[in-house]
Amino acid sequence: MSNRAKFETVIGLEVHVELNTKTKIFCSCKNEFGAEPNTYICPNCLGLPGSLPVFNGEVLHHAIKAGLALGCSIAQKSKFDRKNYYYPDLPKAYQISQFDMPIAVNGRIDIVFRDGQKKRIGITRLHMEEDAGKLIHLTATGQIADAQQSLVDYNRGGVPLAEIVSEPDMRTPEEAYLYLTTIKSIMKYINVSDCNMEEGSLRCDANVSIRPWGQEKFGTKVEIKNMNSFKNVQKALEYEVDRQTRMTESGEAIVQETRLWDTAKGKTFSMRSKEGSHDYRYFPEPDLPPLEISNSYIETIAKELPELPLAKAERFVAEYGIPAYDAGVLTADLATARWYEKAAKLSGEPKQCSNWIMGDMMAKMNEAGIEEISDTKITPENLSGMIKLIKDGTISGKIAKQVFEEMFANGGDAAKIVKDKGLVQITDAGAIEKAVEAVIAANAKAVDEIKGGKVNGIGFLVGQVMKQTGGKANPQMVNELLRKKISG
Amino acid sequence: MELHAQTIEQLHEQLIQKTIKPSDILDSVYKRIEAVEPAVKAYLMLTKELAYAMAKSAEERIMNNDNVTEITGIPIGLKDNMCLDGYETTCAAQMLKGYKPPYTATALEKLQRAGAVFTGKLNMDEFAFGSSTENSSFHTTCNPYDISRVPGGSSGGSAAAVAADMCIAALGSDTGGSIKQPAGLCNVTGIRPTYGRVSRYGLIAFGSSLDQIGPMTKTVRDNAILLKYLAGLDEKDSTSAPIAVPDYLKNLRSDIKGMKIGLPKEYFIDGMDAEVKSKVMDAVRTLQDAGARVEEISMPHTEYALDVYYVVAPAEASSNLARFDGVQYGYRDTTADNMIDMYKKSRAKGFGRETKRRIMLGTYVLSSGYYDAYYKKAQKVRTLIKQDFDRAFANVDVILTPTSPTTAFKIGEKAADPLTMYLSDIFTIAPNMAGMPGISVPAGFDSKGLPIGMQVMAAPFAEQAIYDLTAFYQQKTNWHLQKPRL
Repeated sequence: MSNRAKFETVIGLEVHVELNTKTKIFCSCKNEFGAEPNTYICPNCLGLPGSLPVFNGEVLHHAIKAGLALGCSIAQKSKFDRKNYYYPDLPKAYQISQFDMPIAVNGRIDIVFRDGQKKRIGITRLHMEEDAGKLIHLTATGQIADAQQSLVDYNRGGVPLAEIVSEPDMRTPEEAYLYLTTIKSIMKYINVSDCNMEEGSLRCDANVSIRPWGQEKFGTKVEIKNMNSFKNVQKALEYEVDRQTRMTESGEAIVQETRLWDTAKGKTFSMRSKEGSHDYRYFPEPDLPPLEISNSYIETIAKELPELPLAKAERFVAEYGIPAYDAGVLTADLATARWYEKAAKLSGEPKQCSNWIMGDMMAKMNEAGIEEISDTKITPENLSGMIKLIKDGTISGKIAKQVFEEMFANGGDAAKIVKDKGLVQITDAGAIEKAVEAVIAANAKAVDEIKGGKVNGIGFLVGQVMKQTGGKANPQMVNELLRKKISG
Repeated sequence: MELHAQTIEQLHEQLIQKTIKPSDILDSVYKRIEAVEPAVKAYLMLTKELAYAMAKSAEERIMNNDNVTEITGIPIGLKDNMCLDGYETTCAAQMLKGYKPPYTATALEKLQRAGAVFTGKLNMDEFAFGSSTENSSFHTTCNPYDISRVPGGSSGGSAAAVAADMCIAALGSDTGGSIKQPAGLCNVTGIRPTYGRVSRYGLIAFGSSLDQIGPMTKTVRDNAILLKYLAGLDEKDSTSAPIAVPDYLKNLRSDIKGMKIGLPKEYFIDGMDAEVKSKVMDAVRTLQDAGARVEEISMPHTEYALDVYYVVAPAEASSNLARFDGVQYGYRDTTADNMIDMYKKSRAKGFGRETKRRIMLGTYVLSSGYYDAYYKKAQKVRTLIKQDFDRAFANVDVILTPTSPTTAFKIGEKAADPLTMYLSDIFTIAPNMAGMPGISVPAGFDSKGLPIGMQVMAAPFAEQAIYDLTAFYQQKTNWHLQKPRL
């Protein structure tokens, strides 16, 4: 990137994660995505006069679990505060959130680059709060300012959120992307959120600034909102870094502001300036007593934590000898990691398993638009069975690709597919010799060239033999026989 | 005596003897309302149809001897800031005119379950901001003892209705003195229970850390009966206390020998109405003669209570009232050009002057740059005030003071001067800031024939001590039996 030479980029992210509790944070309405608008509502989440919040203990559990997984210290005393502002999606005109005593602080996660290098990103805090309702503006631009009518769906109002605030530790848009995928991976591992950015169960705002290399003071930061996918976060940040660099180079000052990412145009736009700077008038929520969290409760939750993605990846490298990058990909999602590990153990060929998943499996999943490995028709048993067939020489690697394709399309046991389709490798020396002799006879010119020293030519002849045998001849035997016949 | 003029206890006796029916009481009450409401104007709305249906079901319970309680069939009036499913609940505010909540407050549900009958919704100061009902958006209630005077507030409708026999008992709510002050001014018995004693669920919030619902009755014994049915843990209110509710009436002590009464010197100040002071001191002597021990105590932080209150309560109110924005319910201005304009116009037109004053006060003290100097500091002083009470109750069983520094004032007299108006709650605010329970009981009349109230407070959840002392006092006096001439 062009700005690397002169400027250092500084990025911090605020991530909102919807917690997958059964009910909302302050009432017993269902916490579910996709229902008919305004069906999961009650006086509490509508903020009707006289209603009172009642804190859902499952939210505390999930927030502590998330805090622990992000390496945070869990507060023994915590409380809720009111954040006061007007918006039609916020029926009480205040959001119950946490201001100065969040449930978790001072955490860290490691992100892993493609080359296996790691970088530590600090987590400032994680706090609990309620989500607002969802507004739909009946206008072409989608902006409230132009709308003749706006509709509110309060189903989302009161859905529990964990807001995770990072330190300004990221230095490139790629690091921001890796930070997000890591957060998602951890949240899914510990089963507190599905982190689906398209459904809004993970939302991200970014703060970005640039400064000359070596300068300690941060540059003027710009907040970017409205990014609806991880890739878009990266793109928006790239655009913004570029914009700030161009402005700075041409002597313009960066304005502290909020900008919206426009996916279609691939640009950020200044949000129409709002009612001046916000004063949220935070104060302790008098309707909810402060929280006191016992050490034993924190310990109980700590015991529920599974092996987290990075630890698992490092174990896979050590135990199965696969490259760090592959281990990272395989462990990003818990279902994939479990799938892989099962196949690796069954087959006794962890490296082969990794290669197949990283290669053919992921390519085919991409093609078919399948996101979860467990949604494919192949089981770990199928893959391990196929790898065993390769290992014992029943099929060649080339045939295996056909078998894999069949398993991916229709499922089933590799051995049965091989048998049904007659794909068993020819290892009968006599049969192979016949084919070799025929090929030598038919390709006298090539044979002469090989004899004359063009050793690569042998590959062509092997290919011819394979063709004659429908790919079923054992390639190693073909090779050996060819060499023997030509040189002999 | 006509039925409407009787107490819960007297009526209950006749109901279970089956000499009267709940609808007989209701007939009498509504007849009384018809006669005196034009002068008193205590009600905002009568719920006759509902009341007769409730009376009918109470009658069936009594006939079948099915779960009959001491309040089954008893007509009770409701302050209009408690949600009743399907019935207009306005807080006497233009903003909520026509608003019918889709659910019922826990306190009302508990009364319903016990078989009580709801007569209607009673007037109050708008959103409970005031001490006279003059801030009601709809009309001012008159003091039954002198209809040119205020009944006090904010639960002025409740106090006036009980005093004028327009219900057998009523519910009020108290943030800074809104039950005790009008009870004092109307010769009624009104308790503000310990914060957390009665569920606030469905009570339209004013100051969330202060609000409490409480019964307003003709006698202490009735009050003890009603509180038993109102109090208790409610899972819908996280600030309600998990403390068992005693049968206050059954547990009443037969004498007060050895009870220690504290008289805080800061509550008997120069400049207070001399007649108020002298009547309260008469009461002290009556109690002393009966064997109570009286000692002067000091509550040094009393003088800060009013200041602290007018930081904390408006701060909470400014946030609680922000929801009245014209979006979901309530008054919406239809001339607005856009969303922000709609908020501004709806709130400008929907709220009264005092409400706006409190919202502005509260918004100011919570604003960045002022929060530490006002709100945070006020909370610290609040802790000191509470410590005054904790220290005092380590030595005495109850604290006794006047309820209000004056008797009922003229309608319009203080309306233009909010500061003077705020002073009428000066004796009730400190205990409220500390969450203490306190009652106001009739202690006599001044030379103009206006009622004087006496406030008796106890340690948190020690309502029994309050009832012990004041029920005994009512055995020895008949102030509470006096009726206004209407």
